[in-house]
Amino acid sequence: MRRIGDAPAVRRVLIGAAVVLSALFLLLPLVAIFAQAFSQGVGVFWGNVSNTYTLHAIALTLGVALFTIPICLVFGVALAWLVTRFSFPGRRLLQTLIDIPFAVSPVVAGLIYLLLYGRNGWVGTWLDSYDIQLMFAWPGILMVTVFVTCPFVARELIPLMQAQGSREEEAAVTLGARGWTLFRRVTLPNIRWALLYGVILTNARAVGEFGAVSVVSGAIRGKTNTLPLHLEQLYQDYNTVGAFASASLLALIALLTLAAKASLEWRASRREAFI
Amino acid sequence: MSIHLYNIGKHFGATRALEPINLDIHEGELVGLLGPSGSGKTTLLRIIAGLENADRAREPGKILFGKCDVTNVHVRDRRIGFVFQHYALFRHMTVYDNVAFGLTVMPRKRRPSSSGIRSRVFRLLEMVKLEHLANRYPAQLSGGQQQRVSLARALAVEPDVLLLDEPFGALDAKVRQELRRWLRHLHDELNFTSVFVTHDQEEALELSDRVVVMSDGRIEQIDSPETLYRVPKNRFVFEFLGDVNHLEGRVQDGVLTCGDARLNVDLPNGHEELLLRPHEVRLAEAPSIESHLPVTITAISPVGAEVRVELQADWLAKPWLATVRHADFERLALCRGLRLYAHPRQWHRFKDKNSTAEIAARAA
Repeated sequence: MRRIGDAPAVRRVLIGAAVVLSALFLLLPLVAIFAQAFSQGVGVFWGNVSNTYTLHAIALTLGVALFTIPICLVFGVALAWLVTRFSFPGRRLLQTLIDIPFAVSPVVAGLIYLLLYGRNGWVGTWLDSYDIQLMFAWPGILMVTVFVTCPFVARELIPLMQAQGSREEEAAVTLGARGWTLFRRVTLPNIRWALLYGVILTNARAVGEFGAVSVVSGAIRGKTNTLPLHLEQLYQDYNTVGAFASASLLALIALLTLAAKASLEWRASRREAFI
Repeated sequence: MSIHLYNIGKHFGATRALEPINLDIHEGELVGLLGPSGSGKTTLLRIIAGLENADRAREPGKILFGKCDVTNVHVRDRRIGFVFQHYALFRHMTVYDNVAFGLTVMPRKRRPSSSGIRSRVFRLLEMVKLEHLANRYPAQLSGGQQQRVSLARALAVEPDVLLLDEPFGALDAKVRQELRRWLRHLHDELNFTSVFVTHDQEEALELSDRVVVMSDGRIEQIDSPETLYRVPKNRFVFEFLGDVNHLEGRVQDGVLTCGDARLNVDLPNGHEELLLRPHEVRLAEAPSIESHLPVTITAISPVGAEVRVELQADWLAKPWLATVRHADFERLALCRGLRLYAHPRQWHRFKDKNSTAEIAARAA
């Protein structure tokens, strides 16, 4: 007996459409990036990549991601814990507020930060009197990146923690477990895959963020230029090969991230199959 | 360890889950909290455990374990074992690690050595007959096995009080029966104080030394199973503890009539409702001077030692249930559609909601 919707013709059409579409929209651009980057040979590619400004942009981008991830991790876990384990007035409102960074255009987010923390902004004026500059410097880039990426971890955790409920934690408490032990031995093992997945998403977004960062960074070469901004500048300067060399680096980070995610999913499914 | 509750009440927002109640549980007792869902029994159990706080009323409630006031003691320091309704086993730990958990999180001073933990865990696993499954994960076990693991886990820390929330609710009838007996033996052997929650009256009556019947956040009655069954304090208890048949009608000159049914009763004139248990209904081929209650058999189901017979009649709003011994079943040649006469062996009557039963026995 054949299952509904499993006619050979239907199957062939659907699979064919999927293959064609992913080739056109996903695979081809990816190949094009690397093809363009290496179009004038490995030497030129290497020259572009090892350029001081490019190296600085790579360092800044990775550095920002390195700081963003732990901040978002702690924030996300704390928020998910708060929302799923306690009931208090305003809980639903808070759950909605988490999504603001997703709902707001990153450029708007950048502008708001500029207005607040810029030299003439509300907080910025006060900070300026202490000689602290946030905007057009790396702290500003970090701030907007955190703003844009902070919902990822919480969004991954909340549905999972809601579904799992707090029974296991209650059981652990009746058995005498205290705060940190409870989190480390009962909560964390149950959420670790979702947590890692959230971190991967956070990393992908932190590395690739353009809109918000472009507003607050000022894009000073060798100072506040992240990889996506650097790429755009090169392209504006008609240095196509240079732009694609940087693009290929970003694509490489994306591919590595995806590979990490796939291997995590594979390990998780293997573990479940074992259980 | 005895448990004493004074003036313990609980609201969730504006909803009252528990009226302020008092309850004394003696040392070594096995007490069942019985009630329909929403009666506050689980809330009460969670308050005893410390997983829920009682209301801070003007007259604050008090919980004593023995002579020690534990009202403000945190759940982890109350020395209780709690068995959750769906077991709440740590799904990422093996059976062994689950049982050992309580021992491994003890403060270093009190914690047994790792070989001490090992021997205690295996002793417990032996007791619940699961030592061969020590390396399995919870998802690899059946419901009954998971329940036993969760019992072993709760007992590992040697609690003074064992609290069980619907311990057998999710298991099939046979495993349930087995585990009930097993828990009863365990209780008698280890002699801790246990409180368990159930909505199954049979379970409560079979397992408990005393049963606390609850409804709507109130305690309706606290008694031994026999007393509870024989002398229910009010109509709710009577109806909750077993199947009940209703006979409603007007009494005129000592005769209750309802359609073409009548029954001689020694009651004043007026509207009356009488209640009968299924085993208090006798079936015969003829009416008597005392009663004339014509019924038709609509369903027959042999259940264990008795046959359950469903009876229908024009004068009945809801069908009656009668239990008949197999011998009588064969003698009367009962079958569906057969017309017979019901004779009450005895009946119960509650003057109002809160009054105790008045029982009248008939020579039937």
